[in-house]
Amino acid sequence: MNAKIRIRGLTKTFATGATRVQALAGIDLDVQDNEFITFVGASGCGKSTLLRAIGGLEYVDSGSLSASGREVAGPGADRAMVFQHYSLYPWLSVMENIRWCRRLAVHTRDRTLADVEAASGRADALLQLMGLGHARDAYPNQLSGGMQQRVAIARALMPKPEILLMDEPFGALDAQTREVMHDLIRHVHKVEKTTIVFVTHDVEEAIYLGNRIVLMAPRPGRIAQIYDVPLPDARRQDMKHGQDFLALKKEILARIRETSGMKTDFDLLEQLNQPAG
Amino acid sequence: MSHPPRPSFWAIRAPLSARRYWLLALVGILVPFAAWWGVTALELADKVFMPSPLDVAKRLLNWAREDDLVGDVAISTYRVVAGWTLSAVIAVPLALLIGTWRPVQALLEPLTDFIRYMPAVAFIPLVMLWIGIEESSKIAIIFIGTFFQMVLMMAEDVRRVPMAQVEAAQTQGASRAEIVQLVLLPSAKPALLDTLRVTMGWAWTYLVVAELVAANSGLGYAILKAQRFMQTDKIFAGILLISTIGLVIDQMFRLVHRQSFPWLHGK
Repeated sequence: MNAKIRIRGLTKTFATGATRVQALAGIDLDVQDNEFITFVGASGCGKSTLLRAIGGLEYVDSGSLSASGREVAGPGADRAMVFQHYSLYPWLSVMENIRWCRRLAVHTRDRTLADVEAASGRADALLQLMGLGHARDAYPNQLSGGMQQRVAIARALMPKPEILLMDEPFGALDAQTREVMHDLIRHVHKVEKTTIVFVTHDVEEAIYLGNRIVLMAPRPGRIAQIYDVPLPDARRQDMKHGQDFLALKKEILARIRETSGMKTDFDLLEQLNQPAG
Repeated sequence: MSHPPRPSFWAIRAPLSARRYWLLALVGILVPFAAWWGVTALELADKVFMPSPLDVAKRLLNWAREDDLVGDVAISTYRVVAGWTLSAVIAVPLALLIGTWRPVQALLEPLTDFIRYMPAVAFIPLVMLWIGIEESSKIAIIFIGTFFQMVLMMAEDVRRVPMAQVEAAQTQGASRAEIVQLVLLPSAKPALLDTLRVTMGWAWTYLVVAELVAANSGLGYAILKAQRFMQTDKIFAGILLISTIGLVIDQMFRLVHRQSFPWLHGK
């Protein structure tokens, strides 16, 4: 079976002035169709850069990258992206945001009545799926952060993308809202059969959502390890307290700490507490 | 009985009730007028230097009765609006290009920056030479005074559109033209309208300069003529007229802003 996303020997270097940072160094990865894969790692490990490269928003220096069997040469309608924030169109209502892609030439535009009806059906279904029924005519700035992200996800799903790329979409939400969003996005994954690539810095989130976890490490940005998540497809919040879950979380956290290059220097902290003189 | 502490009147960025706001605004406006009236009533200054509010009011009435006040207001408003509209019509598409594509920015922005420091007043002889002394030359001066600033500010408005909005559109398969039309323009619109409002104010400041060019009508011309005859009261009247018209137009822009962009004004 062919991989949905196929990455071979991908490298990317950022140069700002005299400093050069190797964001991606020889990335090899296959993502299967309808897989839910999560990227975690210390900051600067290149997880967001890799996601943006798949989305066609970031150019790479060498290597090959294909999605749905086509070479990635730029952003495309088959790879929708959900951002952390500021991506909704504030001048449009919730429904208009969701239906926005219908204005574009690449999608079936609302030319005939049948088109309009088909699109309305899907937009309504997405609105209900996201629990936004009552907010249909609201403007984004009248919604909470969690609601705004639901709109962003619904908008991204509207044109039935084969791949959904999510760049820390719940990073700005509070813990309770985030849990609700987790179950929602797992449900969307099941219903829509989308392949989801999800970047996060939250290890618990990465385990709860993913079928596989890609652990990345910085300087240079690389894949340190790939974990299979030992959980059934139907996830429940109480699984977060299971032994397998906690063991995996502990191991990944330890690996991230190891690779981040940041250590807590207890002796130094102790010195700070000493009275001066 | 003790009260729960209330925020101090002087707490940093403390809220102010609408009533108090407008009361203070009224005080702010009335105090200088009262001071003006006081200075003239006590005859602290020569009438030639500082006419009294009553003199100015009389002159204004006189202007309306014996001269063509309405005509002066109309022709000046026409000149300002025409010069400003011409600027806006060219500036909006140009700013979209500059704010969207770096090569266009590189090509045009340093040049515009250079030109905007050229003194508009100094262009008067050139404008007379190139365009003549017709109505169009006055409009041209106002255009020169406003256009270059307007383009730069509008290009910045377009650049301020969050990249996430653009990238969300790109990952839905939007073409470049579609992004300009369906994301950048609508997203920048409120800021563009604000820039139009601010530059309208600048256009009025160039009116007097524009009416230096062989004009025989208009508020700026009236002020210049009054200067020649030492009619200080008429100068005062002209200045106050221009600022009043400016204030009215400014409020109209704010109204349009509230009507056009309901999501920014809490519906």
